[in-house]
Amino acid sequence: MTGTVFPIILRRMRGPLLAVIFAYAVAMVVLMSIPGVTPDGEPWRMTFLDAFYFLAYTAPTIGFGEIPYPYTQAQRLGFTVAIYLPVISWFYALVTIIGLVQDPFFRQAVTEARFQRQVRRISEPFWIVCGFGDTGALLVRSLTERGFPVTVVDKDPRRIEELATRDLRMFVPGLYGDANATANLTAAGLGQPNCRGVLSVTGEDHTNLHVAITVRLLRPSLRVLCRADHRATAANMASFGTDHIVDPFETFADRLALAINSPEMHRVFEWLSGMPNTPLVERPQPPKGRWLVCGYGRFGKAVCRQFDRIGAEYTIIEQAPERAGAPEGNVRGKGTEAVTLREAGVESAAAVLAGTGDDADNLSIVMTSRDLNPDLFLAARENQLANKPLFKAARLQLPVEPSYIIATRMLSLITAPLLPEFLRIARGFDRSWHARLTERIREVSGGVVPDIWTLEINEEEGPTVVDLRRSGHEVRLRHIVTDPHGGGERVNALVLLLVRPDGVVPLPDLEVVVEPRDRLLLCGTEDAHAQMNWTLFHRNTLRFLVTGEQRPDGLVWRWLAHRRNTA
Amino acid sequence: MNLEKVVFGFFILLALTLNFGFVIGEIDNPDHHASWELFAAIIVNLIATVLKFGERTQIGAILLAASLVADLQLIAAAVLWGVAIYGTEVGLTPMVMASIVSLAGGALVANVVSVVLLIIETVKIHR
Repeated sequence: MTGTVFPIILRRMRGPLLAVIFAYAVAMVVLMSIPGVTPDGEPWRMTFLDAFYFLAYTAPTIGFGEIPYPYTQAQRLGFTVAIYLPVISWFYALVTIIGLVQDPFFRQAVTEARFQRQVRRISEPFWIVCGFGDTGALLVRSLTERGFPVTVVDKDPRRIEELATRDLRMFVPGLYGDANATANLTAAGLGQPNCRGVLSVTGEDHTNLHVAITVRLLRPSLRVLCRADHRATAANMASFGTDHIVDPFETFADRLALAINSPEMHRVFEWLSGMPNTPLVERPQPPKGRWLVCGYGRFGKAVCRQFDRIGAEYTIIEQAPERAGAPEGNVRGKGTEAVTLREAGVESAAAVLAGTGDDADNLSIVMTSRDLNPDLFLAARENQLANKPLFKAARLQLPVEPSYIIATRMLSLITAPLLPEFLRIARGFDRSWHARLTERIREVSGGVVPDIWTLEINEEEGPTVVDLRRSGHEVRLRHIVTDPHGGGERVNALVLLLVRPDGVVPLPDLEVVVEPRDRLLLCGTEDAHAQMNWTLFHRNTLRFLVTGEQRPDGLVWRWLAHRRNTA
Repeated sequence: MNLEKVVFGFFILLALTLNFGFVIGEIDNPDHHASWELFAAIIVNLIATVLKFGERTQIGAILLAASLVADLQLIAAAVLWGVAIYGTEVGLTPMVMASIVSLAGGALVANVVSVVLLIIETVKIHR
């Protein structure tokens, strides 16, 4: 597609240019064929140079002068043609160019070429985000915040316009086009070696599925993270090996069940997978009593399945129970009227979950329920990010934002591939362990959602550790998480998981000796991350922390020391 | 039959024939080389060049390149002619004339290449 702009110009300009050449040729013939008379009475004719020069100042309407000699009437008659013809042909050419610039097809070609240039210029590893809706916008923002370049494909031109006006930390090229078209994905950098993967978060399951298949076939080594709103799509995606499928409703239902069953673990979940640098909220935990589930759609079904699994009590309120396939014992209605809610026993219920696909209905359900029973625990599904202020004003105990759930989940999968593993292991521990973990996260995080990152001890990510190990020193975890500039203080980071070929250790002891090829999952503040990087990349700092000795260092000194040792 | 193809072939061939007509004759004799013929050759070559614009095939690209070469050589010949007559007092000496004609001769080669490519393309389509 890069090569389309120039051919389009040439093709369109063919006619005007032919007209210009033709006009010049005819005009020159006219100019040279009509004889004139010099002031001395000698006959003369224009030469090629005279004729061309004449056209050079008349055709662009610069001016006119009768040179080299005043013209005869016959010459003037003929020359009028020689003046008008090129002038008209030039205007024709100009008008065509102006028309071309305004042509939508041409403009599309120009913007596409510009987009591809911008994508090619990205030198760091980057991600492709398909779909710039609520979820896509959240993802793009947080990825750029963390320093990952991103390219965006969306089929709504307004969203791409919006992308340009967003105040992002780095420039994000956006392409207006359908992610279903392979050419658009390629334009967004799918074929580039530094492309890390694709995040498909469009609102259409079929598009996400298509993107997943495309990437699997064209670049099997890339990671694909997809949103799937239907279980059938998720199963389809899983069948050909999509790396991660995020179903917002299933994810939420799973979390809700976890929150009811083991609140402490849920808190860990929420803190570790939240949007970094947002306040660390302590939401009230959902109660164990009976739930009213309004709306038995995809969302309601996912939640009810989880309720069945953990044995929670619930009553379904559904407008069309037969069509939705709601089980026996449901209440017919929307849930927005007091009658329906009373019928479902709102006075004796512990919580209400408004899960319809309409934000106004959901708000109405929670407001009415609160009037009927002020002690209710209220949860509601937010369908549009634009309605967030309303849900905030409704002061819900548990707002459900699908876009937020997808974005945070994908983000943690990208930045901390070990996190799901850790959370899986952590689920197996008991309540007091969870409580201790939340306590420690709170200590290191400073009141905001901590940054989570993975560290692999190798030449690229921790060269100093590898170096010191080679020279026979024992580097312990304690050394890595010590503030390199403060007197033995710890940085605000917590080692969550240590993974090595022969074992996985959650919350490892700080006295553990670090080996090359160990993988660590850490959480903490952004500053702590930076401080740790200092230690990991400055040979002397780590040596000082490990051995306590400080020596002058530099290429020359190291070379001298090496010479002395070998001599 | 496609009128566009006829016009295209016509101008490419005409560019070659006019060019050949100008070049033929004693190389340093101004009487054998008409300025009008050079003028016509330049105009027809320019038209042929523009007709080749916007082709995105490989052979189209080489056709365009050959035409551009011919234009360059012919215009250089015309400029040399103009400079010799009007710019300096040298006039059309045998040496100047020989240079002009050899420049046009170079253009002739480029035009031959154009025509050969055109024939190749035509043959390929028919097969």
